[in-house]
Amino acid sequence: MPLLYADLACRDAVELATDYLEGALAWRQRRSYERHLRNCPNCRAHFEQIRTMVATLGNIEPEALSPAAQQDLMDVFRKYRDDQAHDPDREPPGS
Amino acid sequence: MDDAELIARLRRGDEQAFEGLITAHHAAMLRIAQTFVPTRGLAEEVVQETWVGMLRGLDRFEGRSSLKTWLYAILINQARSIAGREHRTVPFDHTDAARAEDPARFAPDGSWTQPPVPFTEEVEERLAHAPMLAQLDAALDNLPPAQRLVVTLRDIEQLTSEEVCTMLAITPANQRVLLHRGRTGLRRSIEALLEGKD
Repeated sequence: MPLLYADLACRDAVELATDYLEGALAWRQRRSYERHLRNCPNCRAHFEQIRTMVATLGNIEPEALSPAAQQDLMDVFRKYRDDQAHDPDREPPGS
Repeated sequence: MDDAELIARLRRGDEQAFEGLITAHHAAMLRIAQTFVPTRGLAEEVVQETWVGMLRGLDRFEGRSSLKTWLYAILINQARSIAGREHRTVPFDHTDAARAEDPARFAPDGSWTQPPVPFTEEVEERLAHAPMLAQLDAALDNLPPAQRLVVTLRDIEQLTSEEVCTMLAITPANQRVLLHRGRTGLRRSIEALLEGKD
């Protein structure tokens, strides 16, 4: 089957999606990948799905910190502050 | 608030400044720590020790990196140290030539025989909501640790490639391989979910 984009097989094209998004492809490789995507709906779908993954991962919300865990950490901070206040080697803040 | 101001406030013992910092980073740090150590409890220990380490180092912090990069670097050192104590390490060497996508999905000439299952508009819509995000999160947990770590740092926590390479002491090329395999693994897990639904 003669293909316009046959210089790059689909099997190899799919490996380039992240390098392409990272701007890590050499000019010739980038042109070849872009040409492949224009001509190959499957690889275009694959590329869009990788992009969708990246966008979706960016939407994962951090889990909320429990009040107890937050309290423990604030205690860590208060201890740091108190230790500092009693450290004779340390200059007072703002001096 | 910029880093310099935040650090000045922390040094003055400003509780609100510290509270803001834990709200911004604690959950992410816990997620990252869990890629290194086998249990949630150990991950919590890693993060707790990281905060202690950060506060101890605050007077010496010179601002040559961002506060976030510095904090995550402490986290990764802590995580490695505790993982080492537990005889667990995250391997980063990927010199093998394995591919991210399954070669069995291609014909001998390299063209697709099992092309990607389409993500329809309905799928894209579902990906924006909690149940599917939870499934993606679960799929993330099943990635090999080094891939999970790089995907977490880059795509969830939105650190730059340079930051991640420095933090993990890996080359940019190695980072891209791990990132691509991780993203591909997640793409395939969503695809598997869609196929299961048919």
